[in-house]
Amino acid sequence: MIFGLEFPSMENLVEWPGVFNKIALIHMLSVLIPTVVFLLAARQKGLVPRGTRTVAETTVGFVEEQIILPTMGTEGLKYLPLLVSFFLYVFFGNITEVIPFFQMPAMARMGGPLVLALIAWAMFISVGVKHNGLGYFKSVLFPPGVPKWLYPLVTPIEVLSTFLIRPFSHAVRLFANMLAGHILLVTFGVLCIGLWAAQVTVVVIGLTFPGLVAFTAFEVGVSLIQAFVFTILAAVYIGGALHPNH
Amino acid sequence: MSLSSTATQILAQVPEGLTADEYKAAEAASSAGFAYGLAAIGPGIGIGYLVGQAVQAMARQPESAGQVQTTMFIGVAFTEALALIGFVVFILLKFA
Repeated sequence: MIFGLEFPSMENLVEWPGVFNKIALIHMLSVLIPTVVFLLAARQKGLVPRGTRTVAETTVGFVEEQIILPTMGTEGLKYLPLLVSFFLYVFFGNITEVIPFFQMPAMARMGGPLVLALIAWAMFISVGVKHNGLGYFKSVLFPPGVPKWLYPLVTPIEVLSTFLIRPFSHAVRLFANMLAGHILLVTFGVLCIGLWAAQVTVVVIGLTFPGLVAFTAFEVGVSLIQAFVFTILAAVYIGGALHPNH
Repeated sequence: MSLSSTATQILAQVPEGLTADEYKAAEAASSAGFAYGLAAIGPGIGIGYLVGQAVQAMARQPESAGQVQTTMFIGVAFTEALALIGFVVFILLKFA
């Protein structure tokens, strides 16, 4: 299949598939860069943050104030490391879309978002079981306040939407957004090259090149917003598992 | 005239001797356009309404802007998923 829509096989979780391409390189960089930045930031002493520590503290503060506190409250603060990792990993996987020589978001291949969504899925189920015991499944499958005769209708829908469709849509949301943005940029880029070969002035008059510049700026925003949305949805799912009846 | 009969008429104009694979590719290409176009209608209306209401809420109560914005992003993400699944179906029909 084309465009990386195929689901990677299960063995690839533990076994290297044997090829090293640009996507693998971007995935490794988006692990390495935040790790190095945070290690450098952690070495600083003193009360006043400088340089890398400002970046690290701003990121952590952003995730704490904009993502965790509105969705989970102070209880969710112990999931801060997971959510900061999600945010930075997804953001660096996305932002390569507009960086020259990469020009490809790593999250526009199904494998990366799928693994992250499965981690979030395993996380919210285990948090639910840890905090509510097996009553978590009871409160999800048989939501209180629903008339008893509706359960044959409600329970299958809840099984599907919570445990099967949720990780799928969580992954596809990120993947399809980045793929759509990438195709948009490719379309404008190819059009620019074609019109440049035909007649140089058309590239500017026809708004093709200005469009490419504008959409590149737009994609920077999309990368940031998609990283934010992926993280906030993981936080909403975990928060919903903490208190399933609210 | 109904949509299906128009489509049948257009497809009746294709030259003779079309193989089954070519016919299938033509059908897939035309329905791919419909798939994405139809999938974009509902979420388009939904996101417009949602963001409009959020802006109204923020204008009425600027002190709750942060809370409204967070909730708006969650809602936009859920609504947008439908359009994105339509986009994936488009790609599957067109290229797979």
